Amino acid sequence: MISLAGRDILHSWGKFIFTGIGLGLLIGVTFVMAGVYRGMVDDGKALLDNSGADLWVVQQNTLGPYAESSSLNDDLYRTISAMPGVAEVANVTYLTMQVRKEERDVRAMVVGIVPGDRFAAPGWPPYLVAGRYLTRGHYEAVADVATGFVIGDTVRIRRKDFTIVGLTRRMVSSSGDPMIFIPLKDAQEAQFLKDNDATWQSRRRTEANPAFNQPGSSAITQAVIDSQTTNSFVNAILVRLDAHVSQDEMAQRISRWKRLTVYTRAEMEEILLGKLIATSARQISMFLVILAIVSAAIIAFIIYTLTMDKIREIAVLKLIGTRNRTIAAMIMQQALVLGIIGFVIGKITAAFAAPLFPKHVLLLTQDAFIGLFLVLVISALSSVIAIRMALKVDPAEAIGG
Amino acid sequence: MSKHGIRIEHLSKRYGSGDTAVDALKDVNMNVAPGEVVGLIGPSGSGKSTLLKSLGAVITPTSGKMTLGEQTIFEQDWKVSDLRALRRDKIGFIFQSPYLIPFLDVVDNVALLPMLAGVSNSEARARALELLTALDVHHRAQAFPSQLSGGEQQRVAIARGLINRPPVILADEPTAPLDSERAMAVIRILNDMAKKFETAIIVVTHDEKIIPTFKRIYHIRDGVTTEEVGEGRLPD
Repeated sequence: MISLAGRDILHSWGKFIFTGIGLGLLIGVTFVMAGVYRGMVDDGKALLDNSGADLWVVQQNTLGPYAESSSLNDDLYRTISAMPGVAEVANVTYLTMQVRKEERDVRAMVVGIVPGDRFAAPGWPPYLVAGRYLTRGHYEAVADVATGFVIGDTVRIRRKDFTIVGLTRRMVSSSGDPMIFIPLKDAQEAQFLKDNDATWQSRRRTEANPAFNQPGSSAITQAVIDSQTTNSFVNAILVRLDAHVSQDEMAQRISRWKRLTVYTRAEMEEILLGKLIATSARQISMFLVILAIVSAAIIAFIIYTLTMDKIREIAVLKLIGTRNRTIAAMIMQQALVLGIIGFVIGKITAAFAAPLFPKHVLLLTQDAFIGLFLVLVISALSSVIAIRMALKVDPAEAIGG
Repeated sequence: MSKHGIRIEHLSKRYGSGDTAVDALKDVNMNVAPGEVVGLIGPSGSGKSTLLKSLGAVITPTSGKMTLGEQTIFEQDWKVSDLRALRRDKIGFIFQSPYLIPFLDVVDNVALLPMLAGVSNSEARARALELLTALDVHHRAQAFPSQLSGGEQQRVAIARGLINRPPVILADEPTAPLDSERAMAVIRILNDMAKKFETAIIVVTHDEKIIPTFKRIYHIRDGVTTEEVGEGRLPD
């Protein structure tokens, strides 16, 4: 049996290829948009995976530390570490800011961790690709390679300089910003540190306050000033449990006895995916729907035009006895071929374009299969108008008069 | 094959109803024998196209009877259930413009009908080549319609009309776009093919130069046909 669609495509291959390229670029954008969403989800999961925690202990009634600000005293971890079933506990701070290196600055999430020899502690990067972990209490940093920093670089965080001693990979915040790990004390200071003028003004106001500066009690004034210029808070306490301990049970125990809010891994994932990136996901979904509609409209228009060009030939085909289903199959096959050409070009375009995006674009094989299925469905549906028109053609049109 | 290729008796066709009804065909009778080429001549609006569409089983007449060989196609309110298959297997069409399928080469344009009917591609192409050879256009078998001259295109269209060896061929102004020499060549081919394949051929035409070639001519005016004996002067 001859393939009318195949012969038509081979005869006017240029028209199909160029239309397919246009359609493919549109499909490529669709894939990249889907990849952006997948990248956001992957970044969120990477953040949780890389933290190495089973529980996130945060300020009561907050969604911290990633979705809302959370503040806890940095000595709370001691009481949690004493609870049965708790394997490891670590204070951690998170601060998203511009980190400067000479004239260039990079948006990064600065993570405060306790330096030392507890390399597998929660909050630490699970592996390095170069250099070493933080071993000193101050002025050292481990940066994600996405920052563009290299070992030996000096970067400025607030008013302090840090030397990059190690590099890690795929350590990103939920919004895709690369992480820079610094010692906890420096991070606490960075979160709290004011500029010199603000510090001076704060001291002046304290000294001018009679409640803090009573005659003969200068020690009180000094104590208040000291408390104002130090930060003993962290954003979260990361907890790793013994193997046999239930996350839910332990979360309930900590929140009940310590009056804190505790999230398990599943709950934290729900916060990240369901709340933090939910709006972005809906935004991207809307784009995907619009792109799908535009793709369908393009295929429908092209197939309709191609069919219109052949209306007389279709009338002749019907007159000489060609079945309606043969004509319908010809039109639908052309739409499907156009869709497949667009899919292949779109996939190639997305594969080459994805690494050029500043944030993580994750192209999944399963998305490609879903995309192929949707492209075929959209192509088939798009051909319906042209098929209806072709089937309505009266074979008598081939005969004059 | 019976002694008549196609026969219509008391055929009428009415469009519309009531005050707006138009009788396009009125009690038309026609009989074309196998191997015969007859002319159908009439001015615009005479009912020529309606008659051609009825003969081609494209429209259903209001009343009357049509038989193709021994098979009854229409009779009063009854008609053959699958007119599409009937057109494919029993009726060949040749048009004023060849209307060849632009994306098929010459051999596949001719072989298309048997291919669609389920004949293997190789066998259909062999039959097509045989016809193209008979029509002296086999050397353009691999060309596309856009690469052919008008005469070559019309010969390919004739081959397509003959490929299923139909008992009847309806040719609608087949020589209109051709000069005298090529028009006569087409008429000669139609006569040769009619004899060779025992096909009844009805040629609808306005073309004065080919009218003397018919042995019998049907004139149609206001939906009524009259029969006339023609000169039957075929070109050498």
